[in-house]
Amino acid sequence: MTMQPSTEFHPRWYRAKVSTYWWMGSWRYLLFILRELSSVAVAWSVVMTVLLLRALLNGPEAYARLTQCLRSTWMIALNIITFCFLLLHTITWFNLAPRAMPVRVGGKRVPEFLVAVPNYALWVVASAAIAWFVLRTS
Amino acid sequence: MSKPSNEGFFWLLFSAGGVVAALFIPVHLFLFGLAFPLGWLPQPSYGHLLALAQSPLARIYLFVLCALPLFHWAHRFHFTLYDGLQVKHLNEVIFVLCYGGALLGTLLSGYLLLRI
Repeated sequence: MTMQPSTEFHPRWYRAKVSTYWWMGSWRYLLFILRELSSVAVAWSVVMTVLLLRALLNGPEAYARLTQCLRSTWMIALNIITFCFLLLHTITWFNLAPRAMPVRVGGKRVPEFLVAVPNYALWVVASAAIAWFVLRTS
Repeated sequence: MSKPSNEGFFWLLFSAGGVVAALFIPVHLFLFGLAFPLGWLPQPSYGHLLALAQSPLARIYLFVLCALPLFHWAHRFHFTLYDGLQVKHLNEVIFVLCYGGALLGTLLSGYLLLRI
């Protein structure tokens, strides 16, 4: 944003220089950047889902090719890292929820873990339901 | 405020996508990215997955599963580049690439799910 000086010899606005690597200075900042980068893992997971849908549309050979590709060492390594980032996203998201939306009962704030616990319970139930649908053999 | 802002709308997409990503994406990646390729669980057959994906409810679910988390990514990645790498001079290009990518992915998943 450019500010128009109000007088002819207006002083320059003071801007403290921040290093590009400011987030490497402390564990909190690093965790913040890692949490933000977890969105890349989320995007990659969606790309994988889209690839799977495309393979399903293209027929059994395409599906076999994709499953073969997902067995390669590089893919496994990538997906192990992706899964760690996904867990980071889920945990940080659930732990943040009670702070973003504090729940009050009778004028008193409900402890954070009591708000977070139902989220985790829902996560387990949802995961189990999806796994059941995918693994079910009928 | 000089002009009305769309920030609220984008933030809503971001948080809805964050919820969907937190609840549903880990199990999908665990199954298809780790458990099946590593042989921890039997790989489901083509026919089973196709039949599953063809049911109307699953199509809606899969569309939401693809679309909302992509917009979550767009918001976060945009601000990661903006704040983290401080590439503020490229802000508009990054914005278009992030949200354009999310929109493209959404349309692609919608198209696949309609034809499947």
